[in-house]
Amino acid sequence: MMITHTHDLLLQVEQLTKSFDERPVLTGVDLSIPRGSIFTVLGPSGTGKSVFLKCLAGVMQPNSGRISFDRRPLVASDHGIYAEFRRRCSFLFQSNALFDSLTALENVALPLEQTTDLREKEIMKRSMEALGQLELETYRDRYPSQLSGGMQKRLALARAIVTRPELVLFDEPTAGLDPLRRNAVFSMIVKYQRHFNFTALIVTHDVPEALAASDRVALLNGGKICFEGTPDEFSCSTQPVVSGFRDSTQSLALDIKEIRLDLQHSLHIQHTEPL
Amino acid sequence: MTRTFLAKSGSMLPLLGRETLRIISGFGDFALFTGRSFGALATSRRLARRVIRSVYEQGTVCLPVILIVGLFTGLVLGLQGYHVLSRFGSVGLLGTLVSLSLVREMGPVLAALMLIGQAGSALAAELGIQRNTEQIVALETMGVESHGYLVAPRLLAALLVYPIQTALFVVVGFWGGSLSGSLLLGVDSGVYWSSIERAIEPRDLRECFIKAACFGLLSVTICAYQGFYADRNPSATGARAVSAATTRAVVISSIMVLIADYVISSFFI
Repeated sequence: MMITHTHDLLLQVEQLTKSFDERPVLTGVDLSIPRGSIFTVLGPSGTGKSVFLKCLAGVMQPNSGRISFDRRPLVASDHGIYAEFRRRCSFLFQSNALFDSLTALENVALPLEQTTDLREKEIMKRSMEALGQLELETYRDRYPSQLSGGMQKRLALARAIVTRPELVLFDEPTAGLDPLRRNAVFSMIVKYQRHFNFTALIVTHDVPEALAASDRVALLNGGKICFEGTPDEFSCSTQPVVSGFRDSTQSLALDIKEIRLDLQHSLHIQHTEPL
Repeated sequence: MTRTFLAKSGSMLPLLGRETLRIISGFGDFALFTGRSFGALATSRRLARRVIRSVYEQGTVCLPVILIVGLFTGLVLGLQGYHVLSRFGSVGLLGTLVSLSLVREMGPVLAALMLIGQAGSALAAELGIQRNTEQIVALETMGVESHGYLVAPRLLAALLVYPIQTALFVVVGFWGGSLSGSLLLGVDSGVYWSSIERAIEPRDLRECFIKAACFGLLSVTICAYQGFYADRNPSATGARAVSAATTRAVVISSIMVLIADYVISSFFI
């Protein structure tokens, strides 16, 4: 396991546990997320990856454990600390969770309208900027149901970055997408992570794409983190849990290096194709 | 016999206890929800635009129903009232009967029931779908107070819309009574309208508007609560949970309006 200096850490999780009706899902998760990195938590379906992310976002309350954001522990009863955490953190839902009765522009403007004291003009300017950065400005008056799946994903990302967060949590960002679109979503994450310099924490079971896009990866299995390291260390690991998971992932047959090259290539293209 | 009874009651007791606890915790939850929603009125940002939208949803959209039901309620009251009063030779009091019935009871209650059927059910369904599609959780992760964003503007709108809709209902009802009483059954129009003027006192109007405002707050809170926690139904999920929540919202708020009507009336009489 790589030793990371504490001052570089944005998020630290210690001994996090969560059970549902006496059924343990997380049994002591320890994780340190370096600032400015893309960190992916891998794991088979049903291992509690989304539960882990929701515990971090404060949507679910863990049974025990400690979460520290920027070296300050998040305490559920301290609304001030949580309010600050939510100002500096965004969550991208698996289902996108866009507001279906609001237009694209209204969706992006909502967090600014409701959590800041910015003037209307400034809110519109920043929202249009975010839509522009995600190449959605021409769709500003469309409702989410009038956008394609990829556009909805980009709109959700635009809403997540409009508040200029330091940490973005991605819950299965490629669930239900075909391999081409999975690659496009990961390339979008890498592109905007570099552009905005936020820390990205992704949970997914798409191994090849995650390995190609991430700075560090961890494997969640049996309610605990069984592995943490660089993508190369993950690919070469002989730990039975890691190799077992790697072998069980059919899509790993795809050449990871090829995906990585593809990803880098798409990042160099100035105007990417719409998803 | 005694042993069987004891055995049966022994197995019933945990069930009774569980149900009692569930009901008490339900009341507690509802009280917390109501408190948070009212509390959020003070902290919610940019409330005005959402209040205007809610006024439109509850008011303008429901207006045709209110006018139609108000008109026919007045027509029926005029018709029935005429035949009852004619037995005692007091058709001159038709305006009194129609106006007091509408102002004190039928106006606030029927207008509220119509608004529950249209705006209340729509509110419960909308919030239920928002809960199902994680839109409410998304608000919370953004640091937006979901009660303040979703419920508080509707409460303010209800305070405005229910009394106005009730007033319209009552006025249209008067015209309905006049149509059936004066135009169709021959009661003198001047007598009808002057008896209305004489019958209604300021306390009747006060009762009418207090009832309308209370019914509005009560029904909006209940409908919003049912939709907001549509996912808590253990026996249904997804679309069925939303439909169950909508049904519960309409049934519970209708019953509560009738109970509240009795309670408020007993204070005024």
